[in-house]
Amino acid sequence: MGNTVRLRPPKNQLNRRCLLWWRAWIALIVVPIVAALAALGLLATPVLLVLAGVVAVGGLAYGVLMPMWWYRVHRWEVTDTAVYTRTGYFWQESRIAPMSRIQTVDTVRGPLQQLLRLATVTVTTASAKGEVRVAGLDAELAAELADELTRITQATPGDAT
Amino acid sequence: MTDWAGAEHLDRRMITLTAVVTAAVSVVGALVVTSGLISSGAPVVTSVLAVLGGMAAVVGLSVGIDYIRWRATTFRITDTRLELRFSFLLNRRRSLARDRIRTVDVTANPVQRLFGIAAVVIGTGESGESELKLDAVSRERAHQLRVELLRHAAEADPRTDDGTLAELDWQWAAYAPLSVLTPALGAAAVGAVANIASWFGGDDDVVGSVVSDLLIAAALFGYVTVAVGVVLAGAIGATLLFVEMWWGYRLDREPGGTLHVRRGLLTTRSISLEERRLRGAEIVEPLGVRLARAGRVDAIATGIREGGAGQGQRTDHKTLLPAAPRAVALRVTSDVLREPDVSGALACLTPHPRAARSRRLRWALAPVVLAFAALLTMALVAGERIASAAGPAFAGVVGAVPWVFAVIAVPVAVALALDAYRNLGHGLSGRFLVARRGTVRRSTALLQRAGVIGWTVRQSIFQRRAGLVTLVATTAAGSGAYTVPDVDIAEGIAFADEAVPDLLAEFVERRGEPQATALSREPER
Repeated sequence: MGNTVRLRPPKNQLNRRCLLWWRAWIALIVVPIVAALAALGLLATPVLLVLAGVVAVGGLAYGVLMPMWWYRVHRWEVTDTAVYTRTGYFWQESRIAPMSRIQTVDTVRGPLQQLLRLATVTVTTASAKGEVRVAGLDAELAAELADELTRITQATPGDAT
Repeated sequence: MTDWAGAEHLDRRMITLTAVVTAAVSVVGALVVTSGLISSGAPVVTSVLAVLGGMAAVVGLSVGIDYIRWRATTFRITDTRLELRFSFLLNRRRSLARDRIRTVDVTANPVQRLFGIAAVVIGTGESGESELKLDAVSRERAHQLRVELLRHAAEADPRTDDGTLAELDWQWAAYAPLSVLTPALGAAAVGAVANIASWFGGDDDVVGSVVSDLLIAAALFGYVTVAVGVVLAGAIGATLLFVEMWWGYRLDREPGGTLHVRRGLLTTRSISLEERRLRGAEIVEPLGVRLARAGRVDAIATGIREGGAGQGQRTDHKTLLPAAPRAVALRVTSDVLREPDVSGALACLTPHPRAARSRRLRWALAPVVLAFAALLTMALVAGERIASAAGPAFAGVVGAVPWVFAVIAVPVAVALALDAYRNLGHGLSGRFLVARRGTVRRSTALLQRAGVIGWTVRQSIFQRRAGLVTLVATTAAGSGAYTVPDVDIAEGIAFADEAVPDLLAEFVERRGEPQATALSREPER
């Protein structure tokens, strides 16, 4: 294309256990649907059994392939001066927040994430639309990162607007 | 109460105001109830006495509550804080540090003005609940409070006042009807007339016949007449609204760098904006206004109340200048931003690649093509039936509909798309980043480069193939994000990098010199 200037992708990938996390989510949605369809199929119309089979196969394929895809396209990086994330492929979005403008650092761990020792770190700035989120870091790494970010942010003077 | 020296009450006239307003409201209610009672056969004297008793109870109760509210509410200004206290049954204290006070807005609606009182809202300029409201203080006290509470800013900032930056020119009223709101206002007026007619009509048949007469009239004189009427009513409405909102408008810069907007005919408003919170300005040109070579100026500032519930007009607090000739808008923008002259920078913004034009044409034409296809299908399906039922002449009319639509819609869509493309532009002007976009509402945002607190770079698969990228500058001020859509990848990233130094630099890759960048950037951190 002849483009000479572009944003390079962030350096780090998410924790590999994210694959399990996403797959668990997909399973939580697909399995009950398949079960319900199968139960109805056994009790009433056998046609639903076919539908259950189709949903099961589709769900399995989605659950195996899509997380691999997501794992490839979700990236993040924290430098001394900024937090940088990139998500998506068809609608790719790169977000950069300078360290000096960070206002809050939140770490959230849902039930599934707790099981898998994962965590989501959300960094907000004074802008309502400038939130940067890294979903699916190793819990310990996330805690360290949050501590470090908080330390750097507190050391920066001003109200960050 | 020893620690509460120097406290003052709200203005006592608030109680009288409440008494008068509730009395007025209850008189209306009383008339309705009395006539109802009498017509249902109740003795006249008893009904009147009962209703009078009820009225007295309602007025007495609300006056009583308001008296307690007046007694219980006190406020005072100490050296460091503004404190507001409510102590009746429960004790509630709120206070603001005086050095954090950024806005003191004074408003007075017509009833309040009749009683010589005004409401004062004191804010710290941070979003959220960091606001104190004094419902009722005398008009003189309100202005004293404004000066007193904003004085610290004047002492902290040696920049002197520039006096008046803009004053109302009545010729600007001509731009009011050009707003996109005009047809809506007209429709509302027609609706209101229909509503009032139905009150007087009483009998549904009368209203029905009036409406059907109107419909026949519409058919006779053509929809054009009705449309003209609606637009005319809208234009009058918009002008009246303009007069109410902008009567006595003045934009001043006060000592200490506070912008002060004063305006309003019935409800007077006094809005202060500390320049420290200003992150830029936005020149907004709705299509009609832009065709008349005019524009409005809004402030981009942190902590402006974006007209949440109960704030009335959305643009109320951020508009610095109503729609005015472009030269005036540009001068006021330059003055407000303390820039020598922004018009030069706005005249030579960087245009966006032609691929952006193709995207806009596609977006504009896609719905037209879809609608055309739908109309064509309908015409083909319905055409045969109509031909067999009403003769081939009618079928011809029906068959023409999709083509008439296409002939009108395609040029409009193309014109809008080309205009949207022409309006795309971005650039740097001194301390400011300029982003222009939009066609129905063209917006030119001048955002302080130091006020950009992050970048979001978006790229869809289509943009990637076209070599485009959408930049979003996030900021604490205004709408929180300002978008530069569809710029060339390389040019856009270089622009974002240059606009806000040291933010993107370490993530930018320059092809052809990877080694050099890697080495030169490392020690800078």
